[in-house]
Amino acid sequence: MMLKIALGFYLLSTVACLLYFVFPKKLLGRTYLVSAVVGFLCHSVALVQDYVRAGHLPVTNFQEGLSFFSWTIILIFLLLEFRYRILILGSFIIPLAFAALLYPALVSYETKELTPLLQSSWLGVHVTLAFLGDAAFALAFAISVMYILQEYQLKAHRFGATFRKLPSLEILDGMNHRVITIGFLLLTLGMITGALWARASLGSYLQGDPREIWSLITWVIYAALLHARLTVGWRGRRTAIMAIVGFAVLVFAFLGINLFISSYHYPERF
Amino acid sequence: MPIVLVGLSHKTAPVELREKVCMPDMALPDQLARLKSPPVPECVIVSTCNRVEVLAHCPEAHAGITAIKQYLAAGSGIAFSDVEPHFYTLAGSKAIQHIFRVASSLDSMMVGEPQILGQIKNAFAAASKEGATGVVLNRLMHKAFSVAKRVKTETQIARYAVSISYAAVELAKKIFDDLSEKTVMLIGAGEMSELAARHLMDHGAKRLLVTNRTYSRAVELAEEFSASAIRFEDFTDSLIRTDIIISSTGSPTYILGHQQVKTVLYERRNKPMFMIDIAVPRDLDPAINRLSNVYLYDIDDLQAVIDTNIQERRKEAEKADEIVLAEVGTFERWLDSLDVTPMIVLLRERLEQIREEELARTLPRLNGVSKKEKKAVEAMASAIVNKILHGPLQALKAENRSDTRDQLIEILKEIFQLEQTRKGPPQKP
Repeated sequence: MMLKIALGFYLLSTVACLLYFVFPKKLLGRTYLVSAVVGFLCHSVALVQDYVRAGHLPVTNFQEGLSFFSWTIILIFLLLEFRYRILILGSFIIPLAFAALLYPALVSYETKELTPLLQSSWLGVHVTLAFLGDAAFALAFAISVMYILQEYQLKAHRFGATFRKLPSLEILDGMNHRVITIGFLLLTLGMITGALWARASLGSYLQGDPREIWSLITWVIYAALLHARLTVGWRGRRTAIMAIVGFAVLVFAFLGINLFISSYHYPERF
Repeated sequence: MPIVLVGLSHKTAPVELREKVCMPDMALPDQLARLKSPPVPECVIVSTCNRVEVLAHCPEAHAGITAIKQYLAAGSGIAFSDVEPHFYTLAGSKAIQHIFRVASSLDSMMVGEPQILGQIKNAFAAASKEGATGVVLNRLMHKAFSVAKRVKTETQIARYAVSISYAAVELAKKIFDDLSEKTVMLIGAGEMSELAARHLMDHGAKRLLVTNRTYSRAVELAEEFSASAIRFEDFTDSLIRTDIIISSTGSPTYILGHQQVKTVLYERRNKPMFMIDIAVPRDLDPAINRLSNVYLYDIDDLQAVIDTNIQERRKEAEKADEIVLAEVGTFERWLDSLDVTPMIVLLRERLEQIREEELARTLPRLNGVSKKEKKAVEAMASAIVNKILHGPLQALKAENRSDTRDQLIEILKEIFQLEQTRKGPPQKP
């Protein structure tokens, strides 16, 4: 129930932030931000309820995973919003969080008993870190799209309606760098905890599970991106394109593996 | 009493004519004194290089308009028949709308330019100092100022840069968020490029470097801007710490090429650069724009930015016109209420007069009544007056169609014999 209420607020927020993109009125901006905050609170309550009911973090099937992903996206978005106060950012990310919550909120599911393999206190730590990292990359994706849009206009000397609404390249690039750094740290910690957990329960750090492989691939992409920035000063458009590619790989890893490939990361298909 | 406006502007008259009709600010007091006359008791003269207009509140529109036209023609020293076709005359709501549009810079040659409001404020100050404005024009002009303010805050009409130098600042702010850590380099000299540099500095740029083929000229300019001069032969060495370049030299060939900038960018670790090439022939190789993190604009690119901004201003002007129309409505309602006010005053006076007379007659005749009882009688008389007034006043205030209101006023005048109250005490029946 709580999840449906949260979805309702996200819907309101999505409509308002898309309208805000077209008509940048203060009232619309405030509406979408307030409904996102309220939706986030409801979403949090829903997660706590599920946690209490199941006795562990509710992230053990596809729907729960999507729901938790949506929650972490909104969390990181709100943190960024209160730090940078760039309202237009919401128009690029809220719809994504809303879409991610559609399936879990509308199609009912049961939280199954955990397989003995997953019954561990590692679960919460590992999954939270990994999802927060993914959410940071989702934000980086949104910021990169904004950057590409703005950069194109400045480069091609063709100015559309978005030119005035979007922030400056410098701000976008700076935000992007910060978010990717944070996402990379979280992903790294998520992978380390995952490896330690695998070592403790399965005997070796790496199992060759598809989720692990794809996580490594994403990790390499973002590592290369950060490395290029530090060494040769890669920035701007190239970074933005890399961040978009990185997120595409990440989404593929998340959806693709869930839907088509067997992995012990998703016990319902295992 | 109608409000009228007579004038000519860049839309109706060529500059040769405008400059003859136009009058300097300092001449306004004399001019107002010349214009003020029985047909034009209240007037404001607005005179700028693009328009000369007289706004007046006259007892009779036609006589007022003729007087103003003759006055303007006489001042110009040109035959009346030669000037007359260039005048536009507006009356009533059209005149109100026009002055609101002028004050909001909607009628300007460059829509949204900010000077006109100040010029109109001066015109009004001069007129009111000369005692040429009454209740209506005072109110109208103050309303025009507030409409202009509304237009400025509620539309984006003035937000779009329409000059090369402001366009440069606008673009710089979309590339760099904050100019306070940025260095600007001015290569060559020229009015437009110096203006652009000045605007960038005004918007917080940290440092300005100036270079010129003639070093002494660079030093001169640098002093003027409190900037540092660099030798033209060495300017490429400073590019690594330069974020914004404004170039306008007379060089027949490119002074900066693709490969040079590529090297500089590498050394700058790809920190973005904004280059403005105002020179014709161009100073900066257009191929530079193909490099990542460099944004090169030549004079045509900037002109294109300005052209689209002018389009944007026009769009905003449409919104502004809606505001103006709404405000014209508000002002007209106020004007209408002026018609009712004297009637209300008359009616109240008439009834008060009756009350006082009747009290004066009755109270002395009452013997043996206490002060308290006298008070009660007085209170009753007041209450009766107020009760009788209530109905007609409500009806007057509620009636907002002017023809039916005039009927109502006539009826009330007849019933209460109001015309006579002015002349003397009413006849007793």
